[in-house]
Amino acid sequence: MSPQPLIRFLKATVGATESGPDLARIRELTWSVEAGDFWVIGGRPRVGKTDLLTTAAGLQRPLEGECRLFGSRLEDLNDAERLANRLRIGLVFENGGRLFNELTIEENVALPVCYHRDCLVEETGTLVERVLELTGLTRLSELRPAEVSHTLHQRIAVARALVLNPEVLLIDNPLFNSDSRQAGWWLEFLPSIAKGHPLIDGRGVTIVVTTTDFRPWLAINRRFGLVHRQRWEDLGDLQNLQQTDHPLGRSLLTGCWNDLDQAD
Amino acid sequence: MESDALLNPSPTQSQSPSGRCWTRPDQWVGRLILGALDSTKRVGAFALITLVVTLTRWNKSTVVLRPLVARQINRAGLLPLPMLTFLGVALGLLVSGQTVALLSRVGAVDYAGVIMVSVIVRELGPLVTVLLVLARVGTGIVIELSTSRALGEVEQLEALGIDPVHYLVMPRVIGVALSVFSLTVYLVLIALISGFLFTFIQDVPLTPSTYLAQMSSSLRWEDFILLGLKTLSFGVVVALITCFQGLANAVRLEDVPRVTTQAIIGSVVACVVIDAFFIVVYLVI
Repeated sequence: MSPQPLIRFLKATVGATESGPDLARIRELTWSVEAGDFWVIGGRPRVGKTDLLTTAAGLQRPLEGECRLFGSRLEDLNDAERLANRLRIGLVFENGGRLFNELTIEENVALPVCYHRDCLVEETGTLVERVLELTGLTRLSELRPAEVSHTLHQRIAVARALVLNPEVLLIDNPLFNSDSRQAGWWLEFLPSIAKGHPLIDGRGVTIVVTTTDFRPWLAINRRFGLVHRQRWEDLGDLQNLQQTDHPLGRSLLTGCWNDLDQAD
Repeated sequence: MESDALLNPSPTQSQSPSGRCWTRPDQWVGRLILGALDSTKRVGAFALITLVVTLTRWNKSTVVLRPLVARQINRAGLLPLPMLTFLGVALGLLVSGQTVALLSRVGAVDYAGVIMVSVIVRELGPLVTVLLVLARVGTGIVIELSTSRALGEVEQLEALGIDPVHYLVMPRVIGVALSVFSLTVYLVLIALISGFLFTFIQDVPLTPSTYLAQMSSSLRWEDFILLGLKTLSFGVVVALITCFQGLANAVRLEDVPRVTTQAIIGSVVACVVIDAFFIVVYLVI
């Protein structure tokens, strides 16, 4: 018997988070995320990749069809069960990760654990320190987000998501606005936590990232998907991706989707 | 001709806030009333949610929530003190200045304390305080919450399993309600003292003990209870309306000025309605 998917969409219609709940962004979505997967989801900007992640994180329900998180439908869960499920998924938003500017970096990272355990930052033990060390933010911990480079913000947000020790990490376009140094950090860091890092108890994390360019993410043991014209396409593994005849899939492999825009 | 028509619309053509034109004033008034009823219903639902969250999560995450409540009390209850002192002194001088001269002329100076209680304790004290808190803190609440909403910070809280009503609304409601109550007591005391100082400067034959006796004879136990209820109601309503407008409506940064204006108008109208209700209560008891 195969293990139960962590996230499963069945003929689901994903709605827009920002423009109102009735606007469909992705239709007929059937997609499963299994434990240990590393998904890379491509698509042009504003096609609904963020909406897909917010729905997969349980922040909104699909307009139609079914979404199961850890085997349970969202509508079948009570508040406590929904919260427990939500804490098993870490969501990191695009373009700065939506940090709280009035808090220091350490307080930002510690906030969810302090809130859920009802404790002070000092009472979290070494957890916050370990996550800050893992993400290379220890020396910046006393600063506020406005005092550090914007390219580091999403890194702080991933530390904040990791402090709850999630099983699944959904990261929206981590390489957006990254310089080559930050991009290198992400491409080294994510595989290390996918395998299981000693600083976070060595447990592997299932990862889903979105991108507008497949090229930095080409590696074996990854699965690729595509959102295009309100449709989801499963492009398979690296070998399948390299043989795809999907026009946008090929454009994202060359990093030239702007040309496709003009052709459209 | 067309630009003239746009700049000077005919009296029969009014425009709704949503930009649609209503051809008749009665349609415009009707839409306005329906809009107000709809807003009242939505704010009421928001108030119920806040009440349920406050009751069910009163003891949850207190380590994180207590500093947030303290920050709101500092912001709404301590920082406005200098301005409120100025307003209290001015209010006492104005009311005393207008009434004492008139009372002296008709030989009714014995009523100075009574008038100060009726005007300042029952009416102007709470109203002036809540308007100051609204202008100084209420606007800030709408702007920061609607900006947070527009920047997606509210969604981020939900993603971290943090209830936005618990984390953002509850501390503001508690902080603003307690602040309006405390500041009103402070303003009333300052205004009553400055009112007496004015009579003293004007050489009106009124000793402090007589002034105190006049006030204590006109104050009833209901005054203290109703003052407490009224000021707490003002604080809760202002905090709820500003939080509601900040969180429930704005999804884009360009909406922030519009929702701020709506929150201020809504809060002023709600405070006047509450004030009118308490006038009726004073008349009945």
